[in-house]
Amino acid sequence: MAPPAIELRGVVKRFGANTVLDGLDFSVAKGDRVTLIGPSGSGKTTILRLLMTLEESDAGLILVDGDPYTHEMKGRRRVALSERRRSLVRKRVGMVFQQFNLFPNMTVLENIVEAPVHVLGISKEQAVHRAKELLDQVGLGDKADARCTQLSGGQQQRVAIARALAMDPEILLLDEVTSALDPELVADVLGVLREVAETTDITMLIVTHEMQFARDVSNRVLMFDHGRIVEEADPETMFSAPREERTQEFLKAVLAG
Amino acid sequence: MSDDLQILLDSLPRLGDAVLVTLQLTVGGAALAFVVAVLLGLGSRTGSLLVRGPSRVVVELLRGTSLVVQLFWLFYVLPVFGFRLESLVCGILALGLNFGAYGAEVVRGSLAAVPTGQWEAAVALDLSPVHRMRRVVFPQAWPLMIPMFTNLLIQLVKGSALATYILLHDLNYFIEQLRRGTQDTVFSYGVGLVLYFLLAYALTLLMNALEVRAKHRVGAGPSLRQVLSVVPGRRPVRAGAA
Repeated sequence: MAPPAIELRGVVKRFGANTVLDGLDFSVAKGDRVTLIGPSGSGKTTILRLLMTLEESDAGLILVDGDPYTHEMKGRRRVALSERRRSLVRKRVGMVFQQFNLFPNMTVLENIVEAPVHVLGISKEQAVHRAKELLDQVGLGDKADARCTQLSGGQQQRVAIARALAMDPEILLLDEVTSALDPELVADVLGVLREVAETTDITMLIVTHEMQFARDVSNRVLMFDHGRIVEEADPETMFSAPREERTQEFLKAVLAG
Repeated sequence: MSDDLQILLDSLPRLGDAVLVTLQLTVGGAALAFVVAVLLGLGSRTGSLLVRGPSRVVVELLRGTSLVVQLFWLFYVLPVFGFRLESLVCGILALGLNFGAYGAEVVRGSLAAVPTGQWEAAVALDLSPVHRMRRVVFPQAWPLMIPMFTNLLIQLVKGSALATYILLHDLNYFIEQLRRGTQDTVFSYGVGLVLYFLLAYALTLLMNALEVRAKHRVGAGPSLRQVLSVVPGRRPVRAGAA
């Protein structure tokens, strides 16, 4: 059997005295679309950040396609992998951020081709060609030469999605990608992501407060609280008939607001 | 007064040489200071204590000792140990090291001011650490550095006047000679004020232009061409103005 796309084994993450993840185990199969829900501070975003090597775990292992990512066991000792070995796995993981984080010193097109050309070693022409395809796909075909600062938030986020897709990731991490947007811009961004979900087999890990989107796109929902999985179900069950009281409370609060 | 002017006119060829020496000190010192600033500034922000520690110590030592003393060390003390350097080299070294240490703080602070999200996006795209700095973080820190570099550059021009004391015939020396020739303190030091001011102001304008260009490149503010087109005497080009 193929190894899971993502596997966390006993992952612990502390920020000072605050333990955010306390021995978390879970795995995500290839092609799965998993939404993480839960109150803020429950550790959802931390999981994405660990998977992007933006944070360093304190214990446990993270495997991608069965390959050790940030640490591996040597006998009984957990040792950190070199930057070079991390980079091999990291190429297969992409992330879209709440604040878009486009590079303002580059044009839209330059943002998208920078990593494919310099990290994957794709030729400039090929990368530009692909970038333009992706820009068409996110509905911004005419903005290739624009400065990121001239775009609206929704447009910037669509560029950020194109930028992540240009790396051809096997795994895409979406960290509250609509939270910083004005309400009328949310639909465009979610529309683009729905299309990506329908037309590719990229494994997705989604942190969002857009419950309808989670319902449409994901095939699995995990409810987090205090760094632990409280409940796990398919979206239909999770949103219409959650078992746990904690989940019911949370969904009630979110859907009311 | 007319005698004073005559003496000034007679010494104009020497003024050219003097300005040249001051410019050599300024440009050489600034170039070295920039390199030192970037190296020590980057060094102060690395994760490795082996690099960060020494970087901090060097910055503190260079900042904490006076420019005159550093200059005299290079020029008068090193020869005692058998190292003899040319005056101009001593001047450039002292200015470059001293102002480089201040510049390192500018670089460090500006790099820290670039939003962490930029670094995170660069990691998410798997750009290498060097690539992240060179293509993402540094270009965004650069426009933040320039105004503070301008301050340092002007201080450096004025600091270069100390070169007279290591026997260089710079602008300060020229003024001193003018005073001896004219026996007119007010006149010659007045000329001194004006000359240093003109030099510093020219550099300020140059740096301002650099700043406009750098800001435009990170998508903030108009291009240099647009700014220059609003210089008095020329009409700004505005579309749709009736």
